[in-house]
Amino acid sequence: MTISANWYLLLAAVLFCFGLVGVVSRRNILVVFMCVELMLNAANLTFLTFARQQGTMNGHAIAFFVIAVAAAEAAVGLAIVIAVFRTRGTLWMDEVSTLKN
Amino acid sequence: MDPKNLQVLVDVNLKSVAWFYPELWLIFGSMGVFILDLVWRKNRGRVRLLAGATLIVLACSGAALAMQPADAVSLFNGMIATDSFANFWKWLFLAAAALTVVISSGSQEFAPERIGEFFALLLAITLGMFLMASATNLLMIYMAIELVSMVSYVLVGYRRADRKAHEAALKYVIYGGVASGVMLFGMSYLYGLLGTANVTEFAVKLAALSQGFAGAAPGAAAATKLALVLATVFVSAGIGYKVAAVPWHMWCPDVYEGAPTPFTAFLSVGPKAAGFALAIRFFFGAFAGKMGATGLADSVAGIPWPAVVGVISAVTMTLGNLVAVVQTNLKRLLAYSSIAHAGYMLMGLAAVSATGMQSVMIYSAIYLVMNLGAFLVVILVAQSTGSESIFEYRGLARRHPVAAVAFAIFLFSLTGLPPFAGFMGKMYLFYALFERIGIPGGGWYATLALIGALNTAVSLYYYARIIRAMFLDPPYEKAAPVEASPGGQLLLGAFSAFILVFGVWWNPIVNWSARSLQIFRG
Repeated sequence: MTISANWYLLLAAVLFCFGLVGVVSRRNILVVFMCVELMLNAANLTFLTFARQQGTMNGHAIAFFVIAVAAAEAAVGLAIVIAVFRTRGTLWMDEVSTLKN
Repeated sequence: MDPKNLQVLVDVNLKSVAWFYPELWLIFGSMGVFILDLVWRKNRGRVRLLAGATLIVLACSGAALAMQPADAVSLFNGMIATDSFANFWKWLFLAAAALTVVISSGSQEFAPERIGEFFALLLAITLGMFLMASATNLLMIYMAIELVSMVSYVLVGYRRADRKAHEAALKYVIYGGVASGVMLFGMSYLYGLLGTANVTEFAVKLAALSQGFAGAAPGAAAATKLALVLATVFVSAGIGYKVAAVPWHMWCPDVYEGAPTPFTAFLSVGPKAAGFALAIRFFFGAFAGKMGATGLADSVAGIPWPAVVGVISAVTMTLGNLVAVVQTNLKRLLAYSSIAHAGYMLMGLAAVSATGMQSVMIYSAIYLVMNLGAFLVVILVAQSTGSESIFEYRGLARRHPVAAVAFAIFLFSLTGLPPFAGFMGKMYLFYALFERIGIPGGGWYATLALIGALNTAVSLYYYARIIRAMFLDPPYEKAAPVEASPGGQLLLGAFSAFILVFGVWWNPIVNWSARSLQIFRG
C-alpha cells in the first residue's frame, strides 16, 4: 500500500503550524528554538515529498543543505542562549526585556 | 548518473570559477584574517595591521570585480548568475564593508585583542551579501540569506557580558530563525508547484501553471492558487525581514540598539541593500515578464502584487516615521528612520519598472553614504560622552562644530531636502511612481506618492529636532567635550563632500545605475 503524497504534505503543514504557534505562544527560550527547528523540518518534508513526486533530485539536495544550516543555526542560537543565561540567570522570554521604547 | 553528464557538470563548475574570483578573495581572505589574528596576537599595532589586511582583501576582491567579464552568465549549474546588476550591488557591499572597517578600527567599542574576529566575520557577511545579489536558485537564496543572518547574530552579541547586546542577539536569532523557516516553507511550495528550484525558469513555469487553471476542476485550481499566494507571501516574509519592512521589522530597533555601533551602521546599509538586490532579482527577474511590463500583476494567481508592495511600503514608512518621532536614543531613532527608508525604497519596487529598479539602486548608493555618516557622528559623540541620548547633542555646534555641521548635512540629506544627495535619490523614487500613474489601474500610485510626501514632512520634524538641539540649545554646563581623531574628521568631511557633490552633480550615479540594469534571465 502506498500513501498518497497529499498526506505527507498535510503532515508537513501541521508540523509547520505547530512550530509557528509554538514560537508565538511559548515563553521558554529553548522551547522556542525547538519550534523553529520544527518549522525547518516541516519545510524539509515538503521538499522531499515534492522531489519524490516529481522524480527530481533538487529537493533531496536542498533538504541536506537545510539540515546542515539548521545545525549551524542551533549552534549559534544555543551559544547566544548560554550568554543570555550567564548575564541574567533566566531562560524566560518575558524577563529578557531591557530593550524597549 | 551517466559519466559523460557528470563530466559536463564538472566542466561547468570549473569554467564558472573564472567569474567567481571576487567571492574567492573574500572566502580565503576571511580565513586569512582569522590566521593573521592569531599570528599578530601580541603585536601592539595589531588593530592597524588587521584593518590594513582586511582592506587589502576587499581591494583585491574589488580588483577582481573590476576585471570581471561584463557579459551576463549563469554559473555553477544555475546556482548564481553574474551580470552588471549584481556587480553594481557588489561595489556597494565592498564600499560598506571597507568604510565599516575604517570606522570600527578607530572606535573604542572593539577591544584590540578581539577585533580580528570582527574583521574576518565582516568579510564573511560581505561574501553572503555578494551571493544574495547574484543567487538564482532557491537553495542559493536560502544559503546566502542564512550566511548573512547567522554571522550577524554573532556580531550583534559581540560585546561580552553586556546584557543589552545579548538580549539583542537573542531577539535577532529568534526573529531571524522564524523568518527563514517561514521563507523556506514558502520555497518548498514554490518548488513543488513549479517543479524547479531555478528562479530564472519561474516566469515560464508560472505562465504554464496559470494556463492549466482554465481546464482544471474549480476546486483544484483554487487550491493551487491559494498555495501559490501563500508561498509567495512566505518568501516575501524572508526578504521583508532582511530589509526590515513592516510587519517584519520588530527586531530592528532592539538589534540596532544592542549591537556595537559600527556594526549597527553596517547592518543598516549592507544587508538592507542586499535584501533589495534579492527582492529585485526575485520579483522582477522571476515573476515579472519582460522588463517594464506589468506582467507581475497577472502572473501570480491574479493578485495585484505591485499594489500589495505599495501597501507594505506605505505602512512601513508611516510606522517608521511616526515611532521615530518619540525616540530619545539616537541609535533607536536611526533604527526607525532606517525602517522608514526601507519603506521609501519599496516605492521603487512597487513601481515594477526599469525606472523603479534604477531608483532603488540609486537610493541604496546614496543611503549608504548618508546613513554611515550619521552613525559615524553618533559613534564620535558616544565615545566622548558615553551615551547615545539626544540630550548629549545639545550645543554640539559649540562643542564640536565640524561634527555638528556634518551631522546636519547627513540629516538634511536623509530628509531629502535639496541641494543634498538624498533629495536626488528621493526624486527618482517619486519619479518612478509618477511614471506609472498614467497606466490603466495605476491611480493608486498617486496615493502612494502622496503618502510618501507626507512622510517626508513627518521625518523632517524629528531630524530637525536633533538639529535644533545641536545648534540652538545651549550645552549643559558639565557636558563632556567632544573629541574626534583627525581620521574621523577626515571621514566626516569626505562623507559630507560626497553628499554635497552628488546633490548637484548626480549624472555619474544615474549613468552607472542605468548601465547596470541588465539582469540575467536564463
